This record gives sequence, C-alpha cells and structure tokens, in this order.
Amino acid sequence: MVSPILELKNINKSFGHVHANKDINLTINKGTIHGIIGENGAGKSTLMSIVFGLYQANSGTIKINGKEINLRSPKDSIINGIGMVHQHFMLVENFTVLENIILGFEGELVFGKNLEKAKKDLKNLCDTYKLNIDLNSTISDLSVGFRQRVEILKSLYRGAEILILDEPTGVLTPQEVDELFKILRSLNEEGKTIVLITHKLIEIMDLTSEVSVMRQGEMVGHTKTEDTNKEQLAEMMVGRSVLLRLDKTEANTGDVVFRVEDLTVKDDLDVTRVKNVNLEIRAGEILGLAGVTGNGQTELLEALSGIRKVESGQIYLDGKKVSDSQNFLDPRELKDQGLAHVPEDRQRMGLVTDFKAYENLIFGYHDQQPFSRSSILNHKDIISHSKKIMEEYDVRPQSPNLITSNFSGGNQQKIILSRELNEKPKVLLVGQPTRGVDIGAIEFIHQRLIDMRDKGAAILLVSVELDEVLSLSDRIVVMFDGKIVGEKENTNVTDRELGLLMAGVV
Amino acid sequence: MATVDKSRVPWWVSNLIVPLVNLTLALFVSGLFIFIAGENPFEAVSLIIYGSFGYIEGFAYTLYYTTNFIFTGLAFAVAFHCRLFNIGGEGQAYIGGLGVFLVAINFSFLPVPIVWLLAVGGAVVFGAAWAFIPAYLQATRGSHVVITTIMFNFIAASLMVFLLVDVIRDTTQMGPHTVALPEEQWFPSFEDFAALFGIKIRYSPLNISFLLAIAASFFVWFLVWKTRWGYEMRAVGHNTQAAIYAGISPYKNIIIAMCISGGLAGLLGVNEILGVHHKIVAGFPAGYGFTGIAVALMGRNHPIGIFPAAFLFGILYQGGSEVTFDMPNITRYMFVAVQGVIILFSGALENLFRPQIENFFVNRLNLKAKA
Repeated sequence: MVSPILELKNINKSFGHVHANKDINLTINKGTIHGIIGENGAGKSTLMSIVFGLYQANSGTIKINGKEINLRSPKDSIINGIGMVHQHFMLVENFTVLENIILGFEGELVFGKNLEKAKKDLKNLCDTYKLNIDLNSTISDLSVGFRQRVEILKSLYRGAEILILDEPTGVLTPQEVDELFKILRSLNEEGKTIVLITHKLIEIMDLTSEVSVMRQGEMVGHTKTEDTNKEQLAEMMVGRSVLLRLDKTEANTGDVVFRVEDLTVKDDLDVTRVKNVNLEIRAGEILGLAGVTGNGQTELLEALSGIRKVESGQIYLDGKKVSDSQNFLDPRELKDQGLAHVPEDRQRMGLVTDFKAYENLIFGYHDQQPFSRSSILNHKDIISHSKKIMEEYDVRPQSPNLITSNFSGGNQQKIILSRELNEKPKVLLVGQPTRGVDIGAIEFIHQRLIDMRDKGAAILLVSVELDEVLSLSDRIVVMFDGKIVGEKENTNVTDRELGLLMAGVV
Repeated sequence: MATVDKSRVPWWVSNLIVPLVNLTLALFVSGLFIFIAGENPFEAVSLIIYGSFGYIEGFAYTLYYTTNFIFTGLAFAVAFHCRLFNIGGEGQAYIGGLGVFLVAINFSFLPVPIVWLLAVGGAVVFGAAWAFIPAYLQATRGSHVVITTIMFNFIAASLMVFLLVDVIRDTTQMGPHTVALPEEQWFPSFEDFAALFGIKIRYSPLNISFLLAIAASFFVWFLVWKTRWGYEMRAVGHNTQAAIYAGISPYKNIIIAMCISGGLAGLLGVNEILGVHHKIVAGFPAGYGFTGIAVALMGRNHPIGIFPAAFLFGILYQGGSEVTFDMPNITRYMFVAVQGVIILFSGALENLFRPQIENFFVNRLNLKAKA
C-alpha cells in the first residue's frame, strides 16, 4: 500500500509577529501528486521553503521515509532527495543548460571523463521524461517553459525523489501548461513524488491525486482530489463560499470613446513592441486584452496612458486626437481629459511604497483642489478624503498614516483602484488588476470594475489571467508579438481558442 | 533570522534610541583612540564639555559652527529627498559667498536692512546657479550629480582663487581676499547683543545668521512635507517611474531640488561674509560643505534631526580645538578621526544594531500587550 515519503509534524514558523505556519501537519505519500492550495500569503511557500531547508522551523519535526531528519540548508534537502523548482528560476542566463546543471559540482565535473558521464546521464534523464532539452543551448535563448524544464532536470540530476514546484504555471501559456503537466505525469509514473503549490483550483483538479488546503498559516484540510470539487476547495481556501462566476448583466454600450489607430510603440531598447494596433472601446464595455507576458501589452498600456512616446499612429479620446508621434499629452493632461490608469506593476509604478497611505491616495491628483491650494497641501482635507475612500473600498487597516509597504498586496491594489476610480473616469486602463491579490479581494476588485462599466466607463482590461479576461470582458482581443491577432465577442469563447491565439499558433 | 515588522516599532526607538546607541559606541571607540594616543579619555571628554559649554564665548563658538552645519546639512537633505547626492555643498557655499559680497558691495547705497535682504537673496541665487549646472546635466544627460558636483567644487575653488588673486583682490593688501564691506553692513554679533544688556564678553563669531539657520530649518520642513513641490520631489526620489506615471516631471524636480539645495548651501556665505570675515577670504567654506553630508545623514534628513546633529558637530569642533590646545598628544587630525568614527557609526553602520534594538523593544511591547 501507500507509504508516506514525507511527514511534517507540528511545524511552526514565525517572522516577527507574523505566524506564517501554525502547527502544520502534513503527510505526503510516495508516488503521488500532492497539491497544496491556498490564497497568497496562506503560508504555502513558507512551508515548502522549510522542507527545502531555506528556512528553519521554530518547532516541529520532519521525517523522510520514516526517518527524522534535520534540514539546515538546501544541501541537506538535496542529499535527502528533495528538489524544488522556484517561482523565479535560479538559472544563470548566459550559461548553457549543462553549465547551469553542473553549477556547484563543477569541481569534479568540468574536466575529463566525469563530464562525459554527466552528459550521458542527463541525456538519459531527458529521454526518460521526454524533456526534450538541448544541453548546449544558452538559457537566455530558451523560452520560459523550457527554463522551467531545465530546473526540473537539475533537480532530477541531483537525485530528487520528491519534487516541489512553487506556482509553476504562473508564467506559462495554456499550451506550455499542458506540456508541463505531461512531464509531471510521466515523472509520477516513474515513481517520483510531486508536490504542487498553487492557488489555481483548476490545476489541482487536473493533476493531483491528493490535496491539502492552507488558510492563514494553518492547514485546514486534506482530501483525495476525486472526493472534492472546485467550489468546496474554494470555500476551504477562503473560509466562506465565494462567487467563482461573476454576476454580470449584458453590457449597455454607448459611443466609441477611446480609439487607437495604427499604433506603433518602441521600448527603451528601441525594439518595436507594439505593431500597428487598432482598438475601439465603447462607453459601458470592458475590452479584455489577453496575451502572454511580454508580447507588447506593457508598452501598449504605457503609450495609451502617456508614459511612453508613440512611434506612429494616433490615439483618440472622445473623438479628439490626444496623441500621435508629434504631439502627445502627458499623463497629467490625460487625467484631466478623463483617462485613469491602474498600472500593471503596482509597486514599481502605481505607488510610492515608502509614502504613507494618504500620500498615495492623492498620488497624481495631489495638485488639484481640495488637496492643494496655491501649492500648499491641505492636510485636513486629504486625511478626511483618505478615510472616506479607504472605508468605501474596504482598505484594511483603515489607517491613512500607515506606510504603504505595510499593506498587503490586495490592499495596495485597492488603494490604487480607489484613487483612480474615485475620479469617475471616462476611460479606464487596467493592467493586471488582481496579480498577487487574494481571492476575497479579487472578487471585490472585479465587482468594482463591473460597476464602473455599468456607470458608462470604457474599460481596457489587460491581464495574463485568462480566467479574469473571460469572466470580466464583453469583447476580447488577443495580443501576440505586438500585434492584435484575434478579436472575439465574449459569448462562446473557450480558453483553448484564446490559448492558441496567445501562443501565436493560429 | 527573524525580521522586524517596521510598523510595530515605536518612533522613539528608531529615531532616538538607535542614534543614541550608535553615538555612544562612536564615542567609546573614539575614547580608545585617545587612550592609545596616551591621554585620558575621560579628561578629554570633560575638556570637550568645558570647551563647548563651560564659558560663554566657548558656547558662542559652538553655536557659530552649528549655524554653518545647519545650512550645509539642510542643503544636503533637500537634495537627498529627491535621491540626489549633492556633495557640492562646498562649492555652492563658496559661490554663494561671492553672491553675498557682490550684492552687498554694489548696493551699499541702499538702507542696510534692504542690503541684508538682497545679500541673502544673492547667496541663494549664486548657490542655486552653481547647483543648476550639475542638475541640468543630470536631468537631461544623466551625468551623475555625485561626479559633477564634486568636480564643481574644484571648479568653484579654482574660480574663486582666480577672482581673489586677479580680479577682486584688495590691492592694498598681500593676502588673497577682497576689501572689507562697510562696517554698518556687518551683521550684529552676539557680542553686540550682550553689550545691549550691559554684559561685556570677548569676541566670538556668533551672529544673527544663527536665527537665519533656524528660519531655514522651518522653511525646509514646510517645503518638504507641506507643499506640493516637496511632495513631488519625494515622489521622484522614492520612485521615479511612479512619478512619471502620476504626471510628475523628474526633470523639473531634479532641477528644483538641486537649486534649493544649492541656495541653502549658499547661505553659509551669509554667515561667513556678513557675520564673520566681512570680506571674501580664500577657502572660507573650510570643509563645512562636506561635514554637512554627515550632519544630514545623522539627522535622518529631517530638520528636527539636523539641528541636534549640527549641534553635536559644533560641540566636537569647538570642544576638539580646546582638547588639542590642552593635550599635546592629541592633534587636530585626531578630531577629524573622531568625526570620521561618528560618521561611520551613525551613517555607514547605522543598521548594525538597529534590528536587535528594534526587536528587543517590539518583543517587550508584545509581552506587555499579552500581560
């Protein structure tokens, strides 16, 4: 019968006053694919980092194959047959695959027979698990999906029996996800144990045989995947039932208020990232823009919001030309014209994280009445305004004087959203509104966007989360390699169709 | 290693206890230096205290040094809020002094208070102009201000030597300095004030520029935290990309911040020219511009911190000269080393004990909360 390969007993871990893991018990059986699911910040990654020896638990025991062990560093874990593929890959970009894999062992391997043997072993591994990697290609030439395979190969080569994957699909196209799952299944067939950390329910249902749910640092449930369903898991994750499908009425669209004609944009390295894009958004509709990260969405958003120069083409707002390659309005002037922008990267662009919350709540509007009069900031009005909108958007904690970096990701996003929506914009550009945001806040943010739409705003939603695009948009366009490669009414579109467009296949 | 949740640390721990611990350590290490040099550190400390507080003229000297450090400290702090490392305070102060002198000598036909106002304006404009060029190069060409401002210190020094030797030298004298300003233009000194109350004291360089320094501190506080310009400067400093997103021009703010910074440094010229020398003397900024960097860093770039930090360096300058006078084994350079140690502990090693101290207090507060 099944025997446990990894047992955790009463694991506790605190960071300062944050109790990231509370009395965690977890048993992972040999030869299973075990999913660990939970919202962002539930403590999944912390727990697995303890198993991989990156953190030391404050208390508790870890057993591998029934033997109690002490993991002081990743080296101990590797010796004990644990491998981990991190969310952010740990690869040297200008090294080849082979060089990356032998990194750390190079003393004995770089010269002579051992290297030949290593190459042969790696080829065998690649063949066994159909990894299809050329050992001599340079990492920077590989796509994200292949880089992930290199990480997997690295773990396998070091003798991993348990392979931990931390949010492995966040950066992949649906097709790449399929490939990854194929590889994971074949690993499983060969007897490897796989631990999959994710916050995506669909992956759990697809791949795993057992699942454990974490919530706020605690393990709240274990079950066999076949005995549960998505709704039940979601409820366990959040601690209450959540709406997975939004209540959304038919869009009540008006005139075209935002129009983009033949837009071409270059990035900082003078590479053309947006190529002859045409878009039209009507009042009262959400246009979803799907695409894999790095296909020009970022540059498009920046050009539309006045941050980046337009190379050629025109942008019209309310029938009036606001930008072309000669004349363009800067972000502040565009704001005055009724355009608001929730940027993709909230910490690098949307907020000054060292500022207090109230300073960020007026960011970009700080020079307007009543926030400033003759260039002197009106503290009293700013604070009372901040309190009001923090309550309205349920930003927690409701303390305008707290430094912004102390808010959670979801609450930081709510700060930006409340700031931008509060101005009742005619056109709203939204980039990755729920990236790194927990489920409770996602629901709230989605509802707010729908409300804005119903009030007649024209919304452009840029997101790499297909589910998000599908559940919010009225129309969907797909961007690939800087071009719009497809447009669909959001009635009978499936994620498969969009996935093929996103991968540039069709 | 456990990290501390910053929001739980009481303000007085990070802003009072930590600097005090660092300062104590610095003084301890300095004491070791003095001990190794063969003198009694405790005696040295008592000499420092006597020299800077023990008699009225000594205290006046302390406040005179403090005045200069406030100006240059504020200058550095304003630029730093825009994340610009203006280490050109020295040169900006030098050129600011030129502004003071040129205005005062050319407008001497006007009533004295107006000349003073104009001279202060001259200091600000000349200092700001000297900072403008590096600022412009940074904003448009990306030439780093650290490099350009330090070069501008040398250019200022050479330019002033040229002017003082060949152009505006007092030709009746040998030294590289200008003629003196008319006596009625001299700033009232501390001596004059004491005389008003019938107290007779000996000379000290302290003058009403000290009040100007306090006014400048209020100005900086108001500018940085209460106005739109300060808000925009800080936004550019903390996150340039976000500033661009919000429609705040980094170009404009870099130039504004540097010019205000240069103007504040220029005010040092008011203290030195109108208050002390009454003429331009070669090399009058004497390193205050550089020490101002340490003052600002130690004062955490806030006027409320800069004032005590400037005062501390004033004590060290004045008390230090007393020590070198009385203790033959301690040279002037010894005190430069002491300053260095203080800068090291309160600047570079500022975070050496911070986590431990903050942790200690947070844990204690947690315990109290539980009880």
